Amino acid sequence: MSPAENDALEPRFWESGLCIKPVYCAEDVEASSTGTGIGKPGEYPFTRGIHPMMYRKRPWTMRQYSGFGTATETHERFLYLIENGQTGLNVAFDLPTQCGLDSDDPMADGEIGRVGMAVDTLADLEEAFAGIDLNSITVSLTINGAAVPIMAMYFAMARKRGFELASLRGTAQNDILKEFIGRGTWIFPVEESIRLVGDTVEFCAQNVPKYSPVSVCGYHIRESGANPAQEMAYALAIACAYIDHVLARGLDIDQFAKGLSFNFDIFGNLWEQVAKFRAGRRLWAKILKEKYGAKNSRSMQLRMIAGGGGGGLTTQQPLNNIVRGAYYGLSSALSGTQTMALCSYDEAYTIPSQQAAKLSLRTMQIMMEEIGLCDTVDPLAGSYFVETTTNEMERRITEIMAELQEQGGIVHGIAHGYVQAAVSRQAYEMEKRLQSGEFKKVGVNCYVDQEEEQREVEFHPYKEEEARKQILRLTRIRQERDSKAVEQTLARVKHAARSGDNVMGMVMDAVEAYATVGEVCATLKEVFGAYVEPIRF
Amino acid sequence: MSTDRANRAIRVLIAKPGLDGHDVGAKLVCRALMDAGMEVIYTGLRQSPEAIAEAALQEGVDVIGLSLLSGAHLPLCEKLAVELESRQLDDVLWILGGNIPEQDLPALTRIGVGGVFPTGTEFAEIVTFINDRIGGQLESG
Repeated sequence: MSPAENDALEPRFWESGLCIKPVYCAEDVEASSTGTGIGKPGEYPFTRGIHPMMYRKRPWTMRQYSGFGTATETHERFLYLIENGQTGLNVAFDLPTQCGLDSDDPMADGEIGRVGMAVDTLADLEEAFAGIDLNSITVSLTINGAAVPIMAMYFAMARKRGFELASLRGTAQNDILKEFIGRGTWIFPVEESIRLVGDTVEFCAQNVPKYSPVSVCGYHIRESGANPAQEMAYALAIACAYIDHVLARGLDIDQFAKGLSFNFDIFGNLWEQVAKFRAGRRLWAKILKEKYGAKNSRSMQLRMIAGGGGGGLTTQQPLNNIVRGAYYGLSSALSGTQTMALCSYDEAYTIPSQQAAKLSLRTMQIMMEEIGLCDTVDPLAGSYFVETTTNEMERRITEIMAELQEQGGIVHGIAHGYVQAAVSRQAYEMEKRLQSGEFKKVGVNCYVDQEEEQREVEFHPYKEEEARKQILRLTRIRQERDSKAVEQTLARVKHAARSGDNVMGMVMDAVEAYATVGEVCATLKEVFGAYVEPIRF
Repeated sequence: MSTDRANRAIRVLIAKPGLDGHDVGAKLVCRALMDAGMEVIYTGLRQSPEAIAEAALQEGVDVIGLSLLSGAHLPLCEKLAVELESRQLDDVLWILGGNIPEQDLPALTRIGVGGVFPTGTEFAEIVTFINDRIGGQLESG
C-alpha cells in the first residue's frame, strides 16, 4: 500500500487507545519490542502461555457460576452437579453474607438467600458440604468483604471433618481492592481491608499451602467502565499492593506469590483481548522476577479465569448473544486461559434457562472438540500484527501503572475515590458514544429490529419461608451454643485485630464456637471502623 | 432550559437502597443529569430507606432516583414509601432504574413510584421526563 493510500483511511483505535494500522510487517514487531521477546510456552516470560503443552496436554477448565438459596438447597444442588461430573464447585453467597451481616440484621430483610447462599454460622457450611469429599472437589468461594470469617469457616469445617489443612485445595476470590471500584461488598476501611487480605495470604502460606487465597479481579473493573489496558493495569497494580503488604510482614515472595491468581473479563475487540492477555502475562512475569526477585517460576505465572463478560451482552435481539459468547470463548482460548466461563445468552434480562446454560457449556465443548483450538499452543504467535499489538499493549499497561504510581499508587487512589471517579467517567463517555451510535453495537444502535419482541425481566422468586427458616435456625444456634466460648474467642479476635497479630487462627476458633459472620465482622469493625465511600465525580 | 425557567436547578437525589453494590448505572445517571444542568446528590451504596428519606428531606430535593439491580425493589420501595410519608415527602417525584420486571410496574405505581427506567434507557429520556414533570412545577412555583 502506498503512503497516500494509507493516509486516505480513517484512523482506527482500540478502546485502550492503540492506533491500529491496516498492515503490519516484521519491522513493526522489531520497532515495538519491549526487550524480552516472546520466549517459549511454559518458560519465562510466559507470553505464549504458562504451560509448555497448554491445551494439548490439558484443555481449559469449564466452570459456570451459579447461585442458590439456603444451605439445604445448596447442598442438593452440589450433589446434583457432582453426580453429573462437575469437579469444581463455585459458591455464590447472598448479599447479607457478603456484606458481613447476619440474616436477622434489619438491613438483611428481603435479601436473605436472594443472590446466593445465606451463611450465618459454621452450621450452614457444614450442611452445604455434608458428605462432599473436599479433597476431590475444589471449592471456589466468591467472597470478598467477609472473606475472613467465611474462609475461616471453610477451614474450620475441613479441620473438624478430619481433612488435613496442609493438603486442602480450593480458592477464594478475596480481592477487596476491586470491591471499592466495582461490585461494592466492602466492609472495613481500605488499609485495614488490605491487612485482612494479608492475614489470609500469610495464614494460607503457613498452614494451607495448596490453597489459592486471592483471585485478583480485573473483571469487575472492566465491567465498571475501564478499558482493557486499564483492566489489566489496575489488576496488576492491585496484586502488587497485596504483595507489598505481605512482603512487609517478612514473608519470602516465593512462599505466597503462587497463591495469587486472576479473573478477567472478555468483551469487545477480539485482537485487543488477545494482546491484553499475552502482554499482561509477560508483564506479570517481569514484575515478579525483576521487581520482587522471585526465583520459583510458578510465582511468575499469571494463572487466570477469563470468560465472556456480561458487559458485552444485550437485551435487544438476545440470540445475538450466543454468537458473541462463542467469540468471547474464542478470544479466551486464543489467549491461553486456564479456566473459562461463559455468560448465558438470556442472562442480561432473566434467570438463565436450563437450555441457555447448557448452550454455553456446549459452546465451550464445540471449541474444544470440533474446531481445533486445542491443536497447538498459542497459535497466533509470530503474527506481525499480534506480536506488535502485544508489545504496544504491554507498553500501554506499563504506562498506566506508572501514572497510577505517580498519583500516589492504587491504594491511595482507591481510598480517596480518584480511581473510582476515573473509571466511572470513562463508563459515561463510552455510554454516550454508544447512545450516539459512534461506538457500534449490533441490535442496539445499528441493525435495530423495528418491531422487537419485549423481553420480560425475571428474577428468582423470593422465598419468604426459607428466609424465615434461616432466621429461626440462627436464633436457635445463638441459644444453644456455649455463649461464654463465643465471648472469649471473639475477645481474642478483637485483641489480635488491635495488636496486629494474624486474626485467622482466632477467627477459626470463634466460628468453631458458632460465632456468626455478623459477630466476627462487628468485632473487627470495633477495631477497624467501617469504610466510608468517598463520593467523587 | 429548566434552570432558566426556574432560576434554580432541579435538585435530584440518586440513591442505592439495600445491599446491592452495582453502582455503574447509578453513577451514569448522576453524570447525565449533571450534564443536563441538574444538581445531583449521590448517596453512595447500602442506604436504608430511612436514610434515603432523611437525605431527601435534608437536601430538599425535587426528585428521588433509586437504582436497583438485585431484585429487592418491591420490599425496599414499600419501606421507602412509609418513610417518605412520615416526613410529608410523599409528593416528591420518585423514579426507579435498573432491572425491574414489567409485571411489577402496577405494584410500583401503587406504592408511589412516578416512573421506571430499565437498564439501557437513553439518558435523554430520563432528562426529558424529569424536566417535563418538575420544570413546570418550579416555573409556576
